[in-house]
Amino acid sequence: MSVANRPSNRPLSPHLQVYRPQLTSVLSILHRATGIALSVGALYLAIWVMYAAGGARGYEAFQSFNASILGRILLGGWLFSAFYHLCNGIRHLFWDAGYGFELRDAYRSGWIVVAVSLIATVLSWIVGLRLV
Amino acid sequence: MDDRRTPLARARGLGSAKDGVGHWWVQRLTAIALIPLVVWFAVSLVMLSGADYAVVRAWIGSPLVMVLLILTIGVGLHHGQLGMQVVLEDYTDGAWRVALIVLVKFIAVVFGLGAIVAILRIGFGG
Repeated sequence: MSVANRPSNRPLSPHLQVYRPQLTSVLSILHRATGIALSVGALYLAIWVMYAAGGARGYEAFQSFNASILGRILLGGWLFSAFYHLCNGIRHLFWDAGYGFELRDAYRSGWIVVAVSLIATVLSWIVGLRLV
Repeated sequence: MDDRRTPLARARGLGSAKDGVGHWWVQRLTAIALIPLVVWFAVSLVMLSGADYAVVRAWIGSPLVMVLLILTIGVGLHHGQLGMQVVLEDYTDGAWRVALIVLVKFIAVVFGLGAIVAILRIGFGG
């Protein structure tokens, strides 16, 4: 790719504010948002195993942050992001294979994604909190 | 700008170099691989909540977990940087776009290698 040759007036993708919210667009935006969150979360996961390799004292400090209110919110948010992006990602793979493009199907699969990811999130929170 | 070149001349060097679908395809391959890995990891994470240092190390260091965890982090970071590249291509332009995409890829490689070394060190008793 040559940056210098490119005309400067090429259009960017439409930004979020031009859309009127509807289920399909909200889920699409949420897919991106959770994808970005999970990318940061993957770095956090890498930091976790590095702390685990580093020694007991550092790991205790790291874990005490995870057990704090902020840590729990972040981990709970990570679980929701993971379940949502997973379910909606499978929906995207079906689209890639050519299935589910009718408006009715897109809405139905969208609601299924919402339901399954919310149920999985709540279940993981309940089980996780009980084990703490 | 007074550009007298033909449309073909202007297009040359800006498009696919015979690997136009490579990014798209690897994003899908890593997505499919991550379906079982993320389910496994999310369940493990919930089961590990409240576990102390020794339990976590024993878990990370068991052979099957080492393999699955390296796959989860490696494939996950690869999928993540491919996705971040698309986001940056959509919403940034010019030199910032190139700089940020390169930065994201470097960060993914550094954290991925760091995690792999950490997991191997735990498993092989460092």
